[in-house]
Amino acid sequence: MAFQISLKINGNGHDVELEDARPTLLDVLRERIGLTGTKKGCDRGQCGACTVLIDGRRVNSCLSLAVSLDGAEVTTVEGLSDGDTLHPVQAAFIENDGFQCGYCTPGQIMSAVGFLGETGGDASAEAVREGMSGNLCRCGAYAGIQDAVLDAQARMSKGGKT
Amino acid sequence: MTRHLKMDTPATARLLDELPSRLTGKPMDRPDGPKKVAGKATYAHEWEIEGKTFGVLARAPISKGKLVRIDKSSVESLPGILGVFSEDRFLRNPAQGTANEAPIQGVSEISYFGQPIALVVAETFEQARHGAHMLELVCEADSHGVFDPEANNISPEKPEDDQLDQGDLDKAMAEAAFTVDSTYRTPNHNSAAMEPHCSIASWEGDQLTLHGSYQMVKYNVNELADSLGIEPEKVRILSPFVGGGFGSKLGIAPEAVAAAIAAKEIGRPVCVTLTRQQVFENVMRRSESRQRLRLAADETGKLTGLGHECLVSNLPGETFHEPVIQATHFIYGGENRRLSIEVARLNRMCAGSVRAPGEAIGMQVLENAMDELAHTSGIDPVELRKRNIPDTHPEEGMPYSSRPFAEALDEGAKRFGWDKRNPEPGKQREGEWLIGMGMAAAARVNMLMESKARVKLKDDGTAIVETDMTDIGTGTYAILTQLCCDMLGLAPEQVDTRLGDSNFPKASGSGGSFGASSSGSSVYLACQDIRGELARRLGCDEDALHLNGGKASGSGQEVSLTDLLAGETIEGEGHIEPGKTMEKVQQATYGSYFAEVAVNAVTGETRVRRMLGVFGAGRILNHKTATSQCYGGMTWGIGMALHEAMEFDPRDGHVVNNDFAEYHVPVNLDVPQLDVVLLEERDDWASPIQAKGLGELGLCGAGAAVTNAIFNATGVRVREYPATLDKILDGLPELQPA
Repeated sequence: MAFQISLKINGNGHDVELEDARPTLLDVLRERIGLTGTKKGCDRGQCGACTVLIDGRRVNSCLSLAVSLDGAEVTTVEGLSDGDTLHPVQAAFIENDGFQCGYCTPGQIMSAVGFLGETGGDASAEAVREGMSGNLCRCGAYAGIQDAVLDAQARMSKGGKT
Repeated sequence: MTRHLKMDTPATARLLDELPSRLTGKPMDRPDGPKKVAGKATYAHEWEIEGKTFGVLARAPISKGKLVRIDKSSVESLPGILGVFSEDRFLRNPAQGTANEAPIQGVSEISYFGQPIALVVAETFEQARHGAHMLELVCEADSHGVFDPEANNISPEKPEDDQLDQGDLDKAMAEAAFTVDSTYRTPNHNSAAMEPHCSIASWEGDQLTLHGSYQMVKYNVNELADSLGIEPEKVRILSPFVGGGFGSKLGIAPEAVAAAIAAKEIGRPVCVTLTRQQVFENVMRRSESRQRLRLAADETGKLTGLGHECLVSNLPGETFHEPVIQATHFIYGGENRRLSIEVARLNRMCAGSVRAPGEAIGMQVLENAMDELAHTSGIDPVELRKRNIPDTHPEEGMPYSSRPFAEALDEGAKRFGWDKRNPEPGKQREGEWLIGMGMAAAARVNMLMESKARVKLKDDGTAIVETDMTDIGTGTYAILTQLCCDMLGLAPEQVDTRLGDSNFPKASGSGGSFGASSSGSSVYLACQDIRGELARRLGCDEDALHLNGGKASGSGQEVSLTDLLAGETIEGEGHIEPGKTMEKVQQATYGSYFAEVAVNAVTGETRVRRMLGVFGAGRILNHKTATSQCYGGMTWGIGMALHEAMEFDPRDGHVVNNDFAEYHVPVNLDVPQLDVVLLEERDDWASPIQAKGLGELGLCGAGAAVTNAIFNATGVRVREYPATLDKILDGLPELQPA
C-alpha cells in the first residue's frame, strides 16, 4: 500500500511517496531526499548516529517510520548552520576535537543541540556525559565531546543562537 | 622528479625544527572538520551515483558444512528484486592487512556462522533487505565444528617464529626470591567502527570504480583485482572518508567483491552496506587468548625469568594470528625466557588485526602480572618497572632507539599523585565505594612502511598534496597539511590535501600506527623535492633555502614564490622506504597509564574516576589530533577492562551478542575526563621527520591500569576479562551493618 507524506525538513517542505510503510525516517533522509549527513550506524536505535530533531526533540531516526511522521518538522545536521556560519555546537566540536572519524558526529551534534535545549544552559560536566551517553563514539572522542558541549553551552548563554 | 629515502641510517638532520613557520606539532584544527560537523563529508555509502541499486548479503546459518543449493526463485518474483548472486569468487572472509592478494574464496564450503554466501540486489534498500531475509538457503551442517579453543581434542599449531626458549625458565622460577605464575584469559573483541562496511561498485566497460570504506587503498586495489580475476589497472578505489577502521577495514572484504560481481552482471552500480549484525559476525575479531605469565625475580625485584605462553585462534587456512608477545620480547629484561604462541583452528569468524594487535591484550596481561609481582615483592609498581628496563634487547642484544620509558613512568607518577596510593588493597573507602589506584606501562613496536606522495606547488603559490593514504579519524588531513605548510612556507588555507584515491601515489595506508610517520615522511620528501627545484631556480643551496609567507630567499635576495614559479607548477614526489634502521635498533613507543577507580562494595560495579596517560612517540605532528588518538586508545582500554566481550554460543558457534545493545563499548558516562601528556621526543632512527606511531599506544596496557586499580581497591584480582561485577562481587569484603 502506497503512502504520501509531507515533511518539513530544515525549513523546506518535502512531499515523499512511500511504496509501503517500511522506510524509516533515516532511510528516507539518506536515500530519497539526499540528506546523507544523518548517519546509519546500527539501524536499531543502539548507537545514536542517526539522531535528528523532530519537532524540537532528539529522536533516533532509524526507529521512526517515516509514514508515522506526516506533517512533522525535522531538523538534521545540514540545517544547523546559517549559511557558512557554523552553529556554536558545530564550531565547538571542531575546536575541541570532539570527533575523529566523524561518522557519529552529526548524531552527536544533533543530540548536543537537543540536550542543551532540554537543560536550559546550566548542565554540569557529569550531566553532559550522561545526557550524551545515547550517542556512541568508537573513536573514543568523549573527552572532546564533553568539552565541546560545555563550550557551546557557554557560548550560547552569552547570547549565541539556541 | 622524486626524492627517495631508504631509512638505512638515522635521520639526524632535523629540518622541521629549523623551519620558520613550525606549524607541525601545533594543535591545528582538522581541515576536514567543517565538512564532518556539517554532514558534508562523503562516506562510502553516500556517493550519489546514477542508477544506484542496493544489495544485502545473505549469510550462512551454520558454522561448518556445505551450501547445497540456493533457491533463487524464493525471492525473484518479489517486488524490486534485480538478482541473486552467489559464486566461487565471493570471499570467505576479508583479506588480512597488507595481504595484497585475494583471501580464501568460495561459498560452497561454510567455515563459520555468518559467512556471506549470497547477495540479493534490488531497486531499494528495503526490497533488498527483505529479499535477503526471505532467500531460501539449503545448507548441510557438519557436526564436527570446533568452537572451543581449549577443547581437549584439538591440537593447536605452534608457529615456528613464535617459540622462544632462552636459558632455563623453570630453574629461574625455582631459584627466584619472588615469583608469579598466573593464567589470564581475554575474550574476543570487535572493532565495531561506527560506519558499517560499505562498497559501491560501478563499471564503465571493463573499468571498475569502487567507492569503499577502506584503510589501505594500495593493497585493496590488488586484493579486489585478484579476487575478481582482473588486472589491477582496471580497478580504482575511492576512500576519502572512512568512518573508523581500527583494523577492520584493512583488507578487501566480502561486500566489495559481491558488489562488483553483481554490478557487472546487472549493468548498474550496486551499493552493499553491512548491517551492524553482519559487522559483528563476519568482519574481523581480535582473537580470544589464554595467557600464562611466569615472572621470576631476585630480592630487588629484578627479573631473572620471564614466561609468556599464549593460546589464540583463527579460522583454518588463515596465516594471521594475534601477535600477543610482540612487546614482551623487548620491554623487560630477564635472561631466562619462554615466549610462545599456539593457534587453535576454530569455526569462528576470521581473526585479524583489531586496534593494536598483539600489545592490546599482551601488554594488558603482562602488566597485570607485573602488578602481581609488585604486590608479592612489596616493591612499588612504578619502581619495579624502572628496575627492569633492559640496557639492550634481552634476546637479540641490539640497542634501543629513543626510549623515554622511565621518564613516562616518573612523569605519570608525579602528575597523578601516585605517592598518595596505599599499597595495601581494600583500605580506602568513601561511603559504599572502595577506592583504588593502579598503573601500567605502555609499549608498542614502531614500524615504517613504504609510502609515496605527490605535492604540486601551483603557479599561484598554493599547493596540493596527493596520496592514496587514508584518514580514518587519525588526523591525516591535518598532519600532511601541516608538514606541507612548514616545508613550503605556506598557510593552512593555501594547502589542499587530497587522500584516498588509488589514482594518487601509493601510500602506506592506515594501520599498525605507521600511517602518520610513513605518509608524513613521503610528503616531507616530496616537499624537499620541490625545495630542491626552488633552490636551483634561486641559485642557492637547498640547505640555504628559506621559504616563509609566500617568499623565498637563500642567495641574498628575497623573491616572491609566485615570481619564482613564473607561471609554472612544480611537482615533487616523495618516496620513503624502510631500511636497516628497523634492524639495527629496537624501535618502539612507550608510556604509562594511571587510573583511579571506585568499586561499589555492594554491587561490585566499577567506575573509572580519573585516568592519565603519558606517552612518547617521537615528534608529535599535531598535538590536538595526537591527544585525541590517545584518548581513544585509553577509552578502548576502559572498554577492554570492564565491558567488551564477544560471546560465541558453545553449541553452534554463532555470535550471541552481535549488536551494540549486547556488545558493550564504553559510552560517554563510562569515561571520565581523561588526561594525556605527550613527551617531547625525536627519534632519528624512526623516520626523516623523527616521528613514530601513536594511534595504538593508548591501549597497549591501558586496561591493566584499570584492573590493577580494582585490585588495589578491593583485593580482587580478575584474571578473566572483562572485569564485570559478577567476577568482583564474590571476593569483596563482607558488608558491615550500618
